[in-house]
Amino acid sequence: MSAEPLPRPVGAMGVGPEPARPSRRPGASFFVGAGLVALVVLMALVSFVWTPHDPTFVDASARLRPIGDPDYPLGTDKFGRDVLSQILVGARTTLFVGLVAVGVAGLVGVPLGIVAAMAPRRIGEPLMRGIDLLLAFPALLLAIMFSAVYGGSTLVAMVAIGIASVPSFVRVVRSGSLQVMSTEYVLAARAAGRGPGAIGLHHVLPNVSGLVIVQASVSFAIAVLAEAALSFLGFGTPPPTPSWGRMLQESQELLFAAPRLAIVPGVAIALAVLGFNLLGDGLRDHYDPRMEDRR
Amino acid sequence: MSAVAAQGLSTHSPTSRVLDVNGLDVRLGRFHLLHDVTFSIDRGERVGLIGESGSGKSLTSLAMLGLLPDEARVAGSIRLAGVTYDLVGARERDLAAVRGRDVAMVFQEPMTALNPTMRVGDQVAEVITVHSGRAGPDRRAARARAVELLDQVGLPDPGDAAKAYPHQLSGGQRQRVVLAIALANDPSLLVCDEPTTALDVTVQARVLDLIVRGVAARDAAMLFITHDLSVVATVCERVLVMYGGRIVEAGSVSEVFRRPRHRYTQGLLAASDLDSAPPAGRLPTIRGTVPSAGAFPDGCVFRSRCDHATERCATVPPWTGPGPGEGFACYHPADEERA
Amino acid sequence: MTTPATPTTPTTPTTPTTPAISVRDLRRDYQRPRSSLRQRGPVVEALKGVSFEVARGERFGIVGESGCGKSTLMRLLAGLDQPTGGEVQVEGQTVSGLPEKQLGFLRSSLQLVFQDPMGSLDPRMRVRDIVAEPLVAQRLPGRKARVAELLEAVGLGAEAGSRYPHQFSGGQRQRISIARALAPKPSILLADEPVSALDVSVRAQVLNLITDLVSDLGLTLVFVSHDLSVVRHVCERVAVMCDGEIVETGPTQQIFDDPQHPYTQRLLRAAPSMRRALAGAGAADLLGDPS
Repeated sequence: MSAEPLPRPVGAMGVGPEPARPSRRPGASFFVGAGLVALVVLMALVSFVWTPHDPTFVDASARLRPIGDPDYPLGTDKFGRDVLSQILVGARTTLFVGLVAVGVAGLVGVPLGIVAAMAPRRIGEPLMRGIDLLLAFPALLLAIMFSAVYGGSTLVAMVAIGIASVPSFVRVVRSGSLQVMSTEYVLAARAAGRGPGAIGLHHVLPNVSGLVIVQASVSFAIAVLAEAALSFLGFGTPPPTPSWGRMLQESQELLFAAPRLAIVPGVAIALAVLGFNLLGDGLRDHYDPRMEDRR
Repeated sequence: MSAVAAQGLSTHSPTSRVLDVNGLDVRLGRFHLLHDVTFSIDRGERVGLIGESGSGKSLTSLAMLGLLPDEARVAGSIRLAGVTYDLVGARERDLAAVRGRDVAMVFQEPMTALNPTMRVGDQVAEVITVHSGRAGPDRRAARARAVELLDQVGLPDPGDAAKAYPHQLSGGQRQRVVLAIALANDPSLLVCDEPTTALDVTVQARVLDLIVRGVAARDAAMLFITHDLSVVATVCERVLVMYGGRIVEAGSVSEVFRRPRHRYTQGLLAASDLDSAPPAGRLPTIRGTVPSAGAFPDGCVFRSRCDHATERCATVPPWTGPGPGEGFACYHPADEERA
Repeated sequence: MTTPATPTTPTTPTTPTTPAISVRDLRRDYQRPRSSLRQRGPVVEALKGVSFEVARGERFGIVGESGCGKSTLMRLLAGLDQPTGGEVQVEGQTVSGLPEKQLGFLRSSLQLVFQDPMGSLDPRMRVRDIVAEPLVAQRLPGRKARVAELLEAVGLGAEAGSRYPHQFSGGQRQRISIARALAPKPSILLADEPVSALDVSVRAQVLNLITDLVSDLGLTLVFVSHDLSVVRHVCERVAVMCDGEIVETGPTQQIFDDPQHPYTQRLLRAAPSMRRALAGAGAADLLGDPS
């Protein structure tokens, strides 16, 4: 019995052996999404080392150059700043925004979700209602409030957006944790003598990690959009730091004369958001456990 | 192809064949899942299909209803009485016309076989109206017939039961509803895939009795698929034994279970005979485990686990017997009579 | 209600005649959620006063259909649930009424094997970590060696340790479950339908493994199943449960050959048997006299 190689189980339909990890082969969404996200990351990384021009350099003589200009591939804005360089550096802002927002939401939301699921009802229920209260504050409103109190900056705005994203993390993690708590392997862990802390850490957390990753990519997309909106409203990244959202806002007055100034950052935002959403979809499919039981 | 299949099976002779499966062969991806499956069932016959996981029995049952996945490459033929076209390669529209009318299925999990948002009586009535077209009963008549059917399957207060939703019924009651749906249009073939495996023993007894009586009342043919040998012995007259996507032995229940010839059948019977083993003693087992889909050996599909295998078994053993319904495929069959 | 808690370290000396498990008038009620504002929900009595004893080294079976309370009983025996009334004693120590923190002594002497080969193993853990879990939880030394020993004992081989549960078949997963249960060297093994979800040929292998290990290690076995023939094969004494109560108890042979209670008789008649079928019994004979 131990000498022969362990056979791979066959699903109930006889449809081939199960893959080495509990997942399906990643589909198109995953690769397209991953590609787009990688592009954004690449742009941000490149911008640390090199940009075609200084994105904050105002050059009145180079105002409103068109796309395809030999010195400025994506043209310049009304202040003569290179659009391509702004896009590259703006990618940094985009990623920073996503990381802080998702980081805050995850670090607060995941433990809360697990605790809400594992705690007795008299603690879990009020906790969930408290989380629901947070839903009363739209993310943008919260960000504006924080900016008014702590001064407008990217960081403040992002912490606000992170806090506003906490409820969705908590809900998702709580429902996943409840499912894990009802499994027989958690019962077996209790029978083995594990305490609730160890069960939460070693059994619940790894088994909801898939859900968390998916939620994180979706929240990332929302955060990027939120930053763009905030910058558009004037509450996000203050000048002169390049930001795709602010580029959109600054392009407003020249919308008919030079629509490219709105289209370029708009497309960048759209692609980044699309990329994160597709990545989230692809990851969700990847982590869907194919529990084909073999008798 | 057999002469009967060539006729189109549209005869109405009293001993007519209901199902004729010939050389059914199914490939999915790079796996060859069913090999040359050939068998037939006549009116009023109850045939059991025995197999464990990985044997291909569920695929066979799905093939009977044309429910194989689209990516499957299917060869061979499946002919049903009263249906002019071959089920293999038929269009979905033609298959849909046949399902629920000429051939019906009882699945293992009653909860997933029933629509949770529809009342039970409506689900039975639906299968009647779907297949009757304009000439058939109107909705009220269909509902009345549904209540009748629910009564036939032994649901108490069938009028009230018809108004219930699936989650309000017990597992056994749901399975009776599934049976009522299956028998509603008096199909000529009833396929049951592990219909009682998820049920309690006493409930199973009742449902098995209902299935047998329902089939007998319509003089229908039945294909009963399960891994439980005692159930097949109790309910069926003939049995087919499947392993690794092939039929390895076939015959009457009393012949095959008293005098198994194929070594797998022999091993299976020995392993399931808990009463003969000494109390808390060792049960006879088949060594090893069922290989996964692509890993069955060439030649005799069972030789990697057979104590009697020789080099001869490296080629596929031919069928030894008067026909596909009786015989075995083994170079070193068992001969002794079981007690 | 429940008796006051006894101290955690076993101080009561156990004589050879102390039963491994002693259950007295055990009750478990569940409160269904309320559906009307004024009335509380109905109370479901899962166990209605169950009493029995299991001697050391005995192989005791519990037979019943779904809803009879056998799963609830298992959890109460293992200290995974608290009864509403009555008492459970394991090796002379009272278990019922103790908070989970104080049940450490129980975890080292009593372990479970569950029914569902897929659900009882954490899909994200490697097999060696799954099997080692009781050792980690109870801070027992020598993990690596013990895990290798256990995997060999259940016929899987040490290299199985680095794989994940879904890479194994149902029968192999049950072996992993058994290895885990044996890790802390318990004296009592509770098996809750361990072979019900397995194919016939695999069932025989796993049953052989269980009976071998139980006899080699001198374990007390409590075997819960709905499958009468399996219980008959494995157990010396059996209790038949119906609707939260034990309706009949006795030596296996006696219960099966001469059942007294009408439910036991109905149960035995309803189970399909190869022998009866070959003698001519059909589906209608499973029902016998309408009761």
